[in-house]
Amino acid sequence: MNTMTKVEHTEHHGPAAGISRWFYTTNHKDIGTLYLWFSFAMFLTGGCMALMIRAELFQPGLQLIQPDFFNQMTTMHGLIMVFGAVMPAFVGLANWMLPMMVGAPDMALPRMNNWSFWILPFAFAMMLSTLFMDGGAPNFGWTFYAPLSTTYAPPSVTYFIFAVHMMGISSIMGAINIIATILNMRAPGMTMMKLPLFVWTWLITAFLLIAVMPVLAGVVTMMLMDIHFGTSFFNAAGGGDPVLFQHVFWFFGHPEVYIMILPAFGIVSEIIPTFARKRLFGYSSMVYATSSIAFLSFIVWAHHMFTVGLPLMGELFFMYATMLIAVPTGVKVFNWVATMFRGSMTFETPMLFAVAFVVLFTIGGFSGLMLAIAPADFQYHDTYFVVAHFHYVLVPGAVFAIMAGVYYWLPKWTGHYYPETMGKVHFWCSFVGVNLTFFPMHFIGLAGMPRRIPDYALQFADFNMVASIGAFIFGFSQLIFLVLIIKTIRGGSPATPEVWDEPEGLEWTIPSPAPYHTFTTPPEVK
Amino acid sequence: MKVTRLMTLLISTSSVSYARADWALNMPRGVTEISQSVFDLHMIIFWICVAIGVVVFGVMFWSIFHHRQSRGAKAHHFHENTLVEIIWTLVPFAILIAMAIPATATLVKMYDPSDADIDIQVTGYQWKWRYQYLGEDIDFFSNTTTPLEQINNEEEKGENYLLEVDNPLVIPAGKKVRFLITSVDVIHSWWVPDFAVKKDAIPGFINESWTNVPEPGIYRGQCTELCGKNHGFMPIVVDVRPQAEYELWVAQQKNIKAQEIASAKQSISMEELMSKGEAVYQTSCAACHQANGEGIPNVFPGLKNSPIATGDINQHIDIVLNGKTGSAMQAFREQLSAVDLAAVITYERNAWGNNMGDKAEPAAIDELKVAAKQ
Repeated sequence: MNTMTKVEHTEHHGPAAGISRWFYTTNHKDIGTLYLWFSFAMFLTGGCMALMIRAELFQPGLQLIQPDFFNQMTTMHGLIMVFGAVMPAFVGLANWMLPMMVGAPDMALPRMNNWSFWILPFAFAMMLSTLFMDGGAPNFGWTFYAPLSTTYAPPSVTYFIFAVHMMGISSIMGAINIIATILNMRAPGMTMMKLPLFVWTWLITAFLLIAVMPVLAGVVTMMLMDIHFGTSFFNAAGGGDPVLFQHVFWFFGHPEVYIMILPAFGIVSEIIPTFARKRLFGYSSMVYATSSIAFLSFIVWAHHMFTVGLPLMGELFFMYATMLIAVPTGVKVFNWVATMFRGSMTFETPMLFAVAFVVLFTIGGFSGLMLAIAPADFQYHDTYFVVAHFHYVLVPGAVFAIMAGVYYWLPKWTGHYYPETMGKVHFWCSFVGVNLTFFPMHFIGLAGMPRRIPDYALQFADFNMVASIGAFIFGFSQLIFLVLIIKTIRGGSPATPEVWDEPEGLEWTIPSPAPYHTFTTPPEVK
Repeated sequence: MKVTRLMTLLISTSSVSYARADWALNMPRGVTEISQSVFDLHMIIFWICVAIGVVVFGVMFWSIFHHRQSRGAKAHHFHENTLVEIIWTLVPFAILIAMAIPATATLVKMYDPSDADIDIQVTGYQWKWRYQYLGEDIDFFSNTTTPLEQINNEEEKGENYLLEVDNPLVIPAGKKVRFLITSVDVIHSWWVPDFAVKKDAIPGFINESWTNVPEPGIYRGQCTELCGKNHGFMPIVVDVRPQAEYELWVAQQKNIKAQEIASAKQSISMEELMSKGEAVYQTSCAACHQANGEGIPNVFPGLKNSPIATGDINQHIDIVLNGKTGSAMQAFREQLSAVDLAAVITYERNAWGNNMGDKAEPAAIDELKVAAKQ
């Protein structure tokens, strides 16, 4: 009798049939899947734009695209990758994993969850539609500095502003949902200091989102007022201040870059202990380091503005504060290394991506430390050295961590192991491609090539060619990833509930694939 | 190599060889005291990073090779060690303090523009630089001279491709030169790597920077803040000359100015205005309105059959001299001489089938220029 009711109960609450399942779903797993597919589509879209940029930069001279379209490509590539690929991918992983990790049946606010996702396709449809408008898409860089983005912007800037508003609403709702879930829906016994690190880093990320997305909304609204309603927030001729734009933008922008890396820290901190078969070396120091990084992210924004003519005291403050970030970041890297030390390691695809993350993110951290030195930044600022730096922390940083997470949890989601050899081929192609693309950019940046230029002087020709070849290798390797995911969804050897060799965490106590509803009765955590 | 060739075939539209392609890896040391101390800072922090990298990656790869399951490694279940954690927090902190001291010293020097021998105002325009020598009555614009044919791969690229201008900034060697940097439209950034001078040119702000170049020579740089369509085509060339040659140059500039004023008084033939006008148009107008006068739809209006270029000549003169507020159309009154202005307006009224048949007189434009100054 008891079993009967249970079965009926599950059937009644199974996924709806047909396409409407995806429109009306309030299930965290379905919404997680939607987010992940959406972000992958955006990753390929933004990637195509990157390849157009790299194809034009393959040789000096203008071959394929004209400067104005080149600027549209750099702008859209940046916006799509930041807001369309990396952020939704982390939200997708959070949706799938957080409830399972804290032992909750679903997210705290399931209907809002549906809405936060379904805003995104419309926001990006609006953003991409600007490519087909008269005057072209936004062409002022993803940092959209005024007055280039106000007085001198193409008419499509208004669509861009509304698209950014919609993304902001989506992110804020997603963040509220995550905080509410983590704070209220933990299983009995799951105290804060027992939370998996992916949950901890996402909790801190969600607070960062709530703090800074309204600032972004504020700055684009000020732009809207300047463009359409005759105000002069950023217009010097009307008594406004173009530098104010940069202060407000980077007050959002710097925490934003940590929003894109903290969940990556969390993923890597889950994966390394599993494949080293050893506990994370310093759990609590990881939590404190993440919190310190989040706090510091609010007081370093003007290091993006060392050349705008800040007063000397301002330069010194932001230089010292920025250098300080190296300390908690170092703590994290040392922790990962200490976890690997004297472990019993194996190198399945998630671990390969995680190890590459640690190495390449650290290289990005080193160039970040170099950029923090204000006098040296006068030479680095707005050159390819900066492009190399932030791509190192975002591509083999954030993106590799997302891929590591996908490989790590894919058997849990689909119930099948992914083809291991194919995963390794994907990893090595990506690894070679990424380094071939971004490492030479350090050299051309130091040699003096400014960023965001469609054509360059002849001494930069060699390394640009190398970078372009690397970009095509990296870009096309992602098709392997796509094929692998589809294959794994369709079939493969069945995965055990634990999937890996004695991993820690509640998500490994439920069957693979994870049932549509999990933890309807909360588990007991000791 | 095969891949390289294949890609070359696929992408290039012409087989242009490069006069100067090298595999430079590092920042130039530069020629000034400041640029050299910046270079030293860069190398110190670089070697610190290398040292930390060797230790961290060394331990990591040692573990990866020795502590792997396939070599029979058993996990040792240790975790948390307060002493180790304190050490790896304090040691980086100490390194950072050691690094901050020389960085602060260099920054303080960079921020001291006092006791300059010469003051030059540098103004960014879309997409050229204007140099005004304060107190010297020298004032000129500096435009890129790289021909479109080279950019479009129809001609072999020159040695200083994209890094060449018509009028370089000329400064004396061994003198402290203060730059007052600003902009009239969007934000630009004035950068000469060999001087380690990079400062944003921001409308409504005047930023200060300075240099003192001991060695005469030609130094090249570029705009480094995205400033619109032709951001990549806005080079900077600084010609550093010995004091005596610099003084000679200053005297020459004054002569040229006097000649310009004299020639503005003379009437010039239609043919001469048209040929001069075409040259001026290519340098100053074609970036937006395009060489064929058709502009870019919904971004920059065309001049072919436009109401301005085929309408009242006084309105045409007004918009060229004073610009159009709220648009990218700049005021060219200060940028061009009276003769050049007359020539370019005449050209615009008679090229591309506009055939208005009238011409602008340099003398009349000179009067407008003089009147605007008073």
